[in-house]
Amino acid sequence: MNSIHDMGGLTCFGQVKYDEDEPVFHHEWEQKVLAITVATSSLFGPLDKRRHVLEKIGSIDYLKSSYYERWLIRLELSLNELTAINQYQSTESEYESIDFKELEHAIYNGRPSDRTEGRQTPIFSVGDRIRTKNINPSGHTRLARYVRGRCGFIDRVHGTHSFPDTAAHGEGENPQPLYSVRFTAKELWGAEKYPTDNLYIDLWEDYLEPLDV
Amino acid sequence: MSDHFHKHDQDTVLIKERSEQEIAGLTKRVEKLEKFLIQKGIVSKDLLESVANIYENDLGPLNGAKVIARAWCDPSYKKRLLDDATKAIKEMGFGGLQGEHMVVLENTPIIHNVVVCSLCSCYPWPVLGLPPGWYKDPAYRSRIVIHPRDVLKEFGLNLCDSVEVRVWDSSAEVRYLVLPERPLKTEKFCEEDLVKLVTREAMIGVAKAKDPFFSET
Repeated sequence: MNSIHDMGGLTCFGQVKYDEDEPVFHHEWEQKVLAITVATSSLFGPLDKRRHVLEKIGSIDYLKSSYYERWLIRLELSLNELTAINQYQSTESEYESIDFKELEHAIYNGRPSDRTEGRQTPIFSVGDRIRTKNINPSGHTRLARYVRGRCGFIDRVHGTHSFPDTAAHGEGENPQPLYSVRFTAKELWGAEKYPTDNLYIDLWEDYLEPLDV
Repeated sequence: MSDHFHKHDQDTVLIKERSEQEIAGLTKRVEKLEKFLIQKGIVSKDLLESVANIYENDLGPLNGAKVIARAWCDPSYKKRLLDDATKAIKEMGFGGLQGEHMVVLENTPIIHNVVVCSLCSCYPWPVLGLPPGWYKDPAYRSRIVIHPRDVLKEFGLNLCDSVEVRVWDSSAEVRYLVLPERPLKTEKFCEEDLVKLVTREAMIGVAKAKDPFFSET
């Protein structure tokens, strides 16, 4: 969806506020939100779905809220959804209990997004010229607006990864090649001043079409 | 002094300090969530404290600094790091959530890399810990992709026009770590001393590694 979370290229937010001695958490509640979010993440579906919950926070609230305030809103929305689903079940064992050993294993070993199934053979090779599609889906996408409909070059092939646009909506992981794509600053912003500057962004194969055909 | 009567500064709306009352309200909401989750047997208080402890004390930029310092001292490690960062970082004992697919970008006298996540705030947790506030703020996320040189200047980093700036927007699950240039005249420094020169900002790419001979006086 085209919402305020997709803010690359906006210039209306002023200067970066840099605080060298910033603590990891400003308040105890932030630490708890982080812990609860990490601990309960497996209850609320894939990461893509959880990111989409943040994107659906209204734009005014999104901007007025700090990072952990948005995470708090997400937890409240996700729990509302979960409890609404579970109210039709009357047994006490309706919720999954989180096992610390399993969670600790995930924290230190991760939950990789690369896949051995799905489309394993990339259509594009390093150096190929591509154009990004100009799509405006109503759901989740990681094709940032500022790179839509632009010409770029394949810089790296990252392997086959789960596709956020479908995974976020329970429509399957649709694993496919993921690329790092290079765009010149001039292509994105029309800037002539620094002709050597480049922007790299990771894009899935379904976002791309060949340019030289 | 400015002769303007009133400064209409949008970012004061975005990053305003929370009042005591607002903090109390937020605390209450979090306590309600916590109570529900504990009552339903989903998590325990101990589990939440253990998770918080991992992110507050175990994962932080010191991990990344160790990786960088080793790469500066050990050419074969540096090669492994640039070839397969996930594996080379794992060698040092680091890895996990938000670091499953790592790529290391080498800064040189003619190439400067800087990392962002414009769509949310993706960040390599196992090597850098949790992201600092400015990395998650709209000002950085929106502007580093379009005006990287201006933003870097605000961090005190002035790049020559001849340096190529490469901005990396981490829109997928690949996480980027910048390998800063080793400061000059540090050939005799041991790995442990070099670690102290590697800041979080240098590994994001908004600064260079600390110059041990630089004095502000």
